[in-house]
Amino acid sequence: MKKSAKTRRVFLLKLELRSHPTLLCVIRGALEPLIETLGFSPEYCRALVRGVDEAVSNIMKHSYHGRPDQPIELYCNRLQRRANGGEESGIEILLFDCGAAVDTTKLPARPLDEIRPGGLGLHIIRGSMDTVEYKRAGRLNRLRLVKFAGFPKGGCNSAEGKPL
Amino acid sequence: MQFRGGEAIVKISSRKVDKATILDVSGNIDMSNSPEVRKALLREIREKGVTRVVLNLSGVGYIDSSGVASLVEGLKASRESGSRFILFGLNDSPREVLKISHLLKLFEVYDDEAQAVAS
Repeated sequence: MKKSAKTRRVFLLKLELRSHPTLLCVIRGALEPLIETLGFSPEYCRALVRGVDEAVSNIMKHSYHGRPDQPIELYCNRLQRRANGGEESGIEILLFDCGAAVDTTKLPARPLDEIRPGGLGLHIIRGSMDTVEYKRAGRLNRLRLVKFAGFPKGGCNSAEGKPL
Repeated sequence: MQFRGGEAIVKISSRKVDKATILDVSGNIDMSNSPEVRKALLREIREKGVTRVVLNLSGVGYIDSSGVASLVEGLKASRESGSRFILFGLNDSPREVLKISHLLKLFEVYDDEAQAVAS
């Protein structure tokens, strides 16, 4: 029987925020330098930040319906796994909110050949991340976003695979 | 120039160059400020009746889906009014988001102001 690849998870960051749109820049401003410091490429950093920013925007819009004072928790973990004979590194983002359960089949995601504003958030999240998983756990919505990359070069402690 | 995603303020100013109105936008465009961008674009196109709106995005480091939606609204309004809507100076992140959204080819995009104005 083939053994499944083991993934190691190291906690990096937790943010507790309210659902106010002006706080989106705080998330971007915290994640971008953190991921860069770990040695991931600028392209990887931009994609990850883009995916997370769109996901949090969706929570604000669809889960909390624009209410600006509701709680959102963000956890950022570093992942490492053996793949294709080498080590692969990635980032896992877990987002929790207490809003209404989201029916993912009803989220607006328009066909990309339509020229009209709106409905792009989901496309951008899926286009930026490797894994997008939504789960309702009790009264919480949990969104898990994962993006892997090749082994990052030159980041702090990257050779040991340790956090900062 | 290094752009950071952690800045919230967007600044918009307009100037005339030949027959074009250039809107210089700087900052990061997300759902907290994209209505301002939308309003500025539609004011130039619908209210002022400008025939060529050129958007300078060289000072924009980040655009989210709501910012992209504002650009699409500007494009639609310009098509309806028979004017042109031109972008220039796209940095990596805004270019990538337009590409992922399959919208990059819809816009007239130039590298710099001279090309955009001469087009």
